[in-house]
Amino acid sequence: MRPNLPPLALHVPEPRFRPGDPVDFADVVIPPADAARRPDTSAQPAEFHELAYTLVRVLDENNQAVGAWNPRLAPEVLRRMLRAMARTRAFDERMFRAQRQGKTSFYMKCTGEEAVAVAATLALDYDDMCFPSYRQQGILLTRDYPLVEMMNQIYSNRGDKLHGKQLPIMYSSKETGFFSISGNLTTQYPQAVGWAMASAAKGDTRIAAAWCGEGSTAEGDFHSACTFAAVYRAPVIFNVVNNQWAISSFSGFAGAEATTFAARAIGYGIAGLRVDGNDALAVYAATQWAAERARTNQGPTLIEHFTYRAEGHSTSDDPSQYRSAEEATAWPLGDPIARLKAHLVAIGEWDDERHAAMDREVAEEVRAAQKEAEKNGVLGHGLHQPLDSLFDGVFEEMPWHLREQQAQMLAEEAASGRPWARK
Amino acid sequence: MNMIQAINSALEVAMARDPDVIVMGEDVGYFGGVFRATAGLQKKFGKTRVFDTPITETGIVGVAIGMGAYGLRPVPEIQFADYIYPALDQLVSEAARLRYRSNGDFTAPITVRSPFGGGIFGGQTHSQSPEGIFTHVSGIKTVIPSTPYDAKGLLIAAIEDNDPVLFFEPKRIYNGPFDGHWDRPAKSWAQHPAALVPTGYYRVPLGKAAVVRPGEALTILAYGTMVHVCQAVVEEAGIDAEILDLRTLVPLDIEAIEASVQKTGRCMIVHEATRTSGFGAELSALVQERCFYHLEAPIERVTGFDTPYPHSLEWAYFPGPVRIGEALKKVMRT
Repeated sequence: MRPNLPPLALHVPEPRFRPGDPVDFADVVIPPADAARRPDTSAQPAEFHELAYTLVRVLDENNQAVGAWNPRLAPEVLRRMLRAMARTRAFDERMFRAQRQGKTSFYMKCTGEEAVAVAATLALDYDDMCFPSYRQQGILLTRDYPLVEMMNQIYSNRGDKLHGKQLPIMYSSKETGFFSISGNLTTQYPQAVGWAMASAAKGDTRIAAAWCGEGSTAEGDFHSACTFAAVYRAPVIFNVVNNQWAISSFSGFAGAEATTFAARAIGYGIAGLRVDGNDALAVYAATQWAAERARTNQGPTLIEHFTYRAEGHSTSDDPSQYRSAEEATAWPLGDPIARLKAHLVAIGEWDDERHAAMDREVAEEVRAAQKEAEKNGVLGHGLHQPLDSLFDGVFEEMPWHLREQQAQMLAEEAASGRPWARK
Repeated sequence: MNMIQAINSALEVAMARDPDVIVMGEDVGYFGGVFRATAGLQKKFGKTRVFDTPITETGIVGVAIGMGAYGLRPVPEIQFADYIYPALDQLVSEAARLRYRSNGDFTAPITVRSPFGGGIFGGQTHSQSPEGIFTHVSGIKTVIPSTPYDAKGLLIAAIEDNDPVLFFEPKRIYNGPFDGHWDRPAKSWAQHPAALVPTGYYRVPLGKAAVVRPGEALTILAYGTMVHVCQAVVEEAGIDAEILDLRTLVPLDIEAIEASVQKTGRCMIVHEATRTSGFGAELSALVQERCFYHLEAPIERVTGFDTPYPHSLEWAYFPGPVRIGEALKKVMRT
């Protein structure tokens, strides 16, 4: 220690609002909806500097779609988008309740973030491959994957296509272009790049899109994926869903105090856009732009979706322990469903009655699907898969040591005097 | 062919047969690899099938998994097995589990090639034998050849296999079989019968061991470089040992092991990797469980010591003729 120098001090980030604190988001800079420039999809990565620090927005304070990024969607597309978001929210509410009723072990909602999956999916082609994290159930709901199949997986029941092997919500559907979800964060990022590189190497026309949260950008795989994508100009879209919170740690622990997540793109030589993630039209427009860039061999795009995780991280989480309860309601960018609804009403293509009727319809659809799924059993009522399927799929063909262990397990079941599965 | 040429030939044959086979890794493209294993492939098959990558092992394996999910059959290279650890998450959490967790919806038909093992003054980070880390992971196959013939046939079989395969190449025997006598002139593959490698397509099946020396006195279980060291020690000692080259560690050829140990009644296990929790412990446990009433002596393990791989003290660390010879006497004494 040299006495003539000031002692060093370690900076440990601290969120601005803790439980009980009044919330004031006045310092969150929200540029006007028509402020952001829309570059050509062939623009050089170096031209994205200001777009990585502002917010691409389309819906203005009068609920009109304005500016260069307005995707000018037909009303029926807007209504489809609204409905897919409403279905996602209704599905989340029902499944959250099912977990609380002990019908399954676990669930994760995406409340407040419906636009980042739904609007992005609508801007992609159906055969583009999505590499989601665990909070993009809106992709499956937008691509009309059967609700009953999703619930079967959540219940780990007889109908579960993953045969009860995966934690609830870790869906997989190749035919829907929805890559198998892993519990390990951001591993899907380099995989999406590889899929996109393969598509390019084969002269295909399909592109890939990946999602991760802002907290997960701290993983090494984020860096390796960005490097690979830039080096090979892979036709991939990186979505960073900045919902401000990674379980209990605020975005400052992923580096948000010093910069934006979109700005990370610049250093890699990737086009970077920062988007109002609660503005479904902005999400759609940015994805459409990035998809065109990818499809024309101009390379990857990183889109930061600036949003807010309105509820707990999962059914195992209680956000009132680490953040102010006022945050969700004070969030200056509002709610994605309410904003799109207000836009449709403002242009004379929607009204409160139709909205209420839609909410009733999607609630009824989800309720009916739940009833159907529960015919296949729920996790809380026991096991549903044949016991010996535990060993299926470790390898394509079962080697001797797994066959021996399988036989051992069946003998244990017999010795136990009561069958373990067989529901 | 030497082992490098055999591996190169395997890659060329596999790529010519299947347009979905691609080769990627650090320095594997234009330059042809730091050990020349991929020499000439980029020129023959083009840059979209053989290409250099950024220096990120997790990226190399992660990208290969994504390519596999698309429908390709990637053969990524990790330059040294000592550098595979940054890719552990992608290998253990992703490649090994993709088929299981998606119930067959997605698979990872990748073959990760990596030079491994010591005996080359590689020091701490160019000599390691990390196979035991991966044999512990369900869903990954681990293959280790000991001759040019096997290297080519096993590599083609690994590439055609629909499960993820780790293919560890003993770099000490790339250019010639090594008998453990570091103070004698190096041999080349030229005089070795297994250096006669067909130029075309053939496979050596995964999961099958080879009896490289039939015998009655004891069974030696080995793989990689150690197969050759054991052969030399056995000849010098004049003991009628049966030497099994395991070739595939997972899935293991348990029938060949049982048949041999039940015949000889004695078993010695030899590997370069460190001792504690090494693959030899699994082999020892299996032999004990399955051949207990045939055993006439305790099972002996000859391994590297439980230290990082040293540089100047290499030949004190390496399980060479002296250590193996002493263990041989011990097994035969009881």
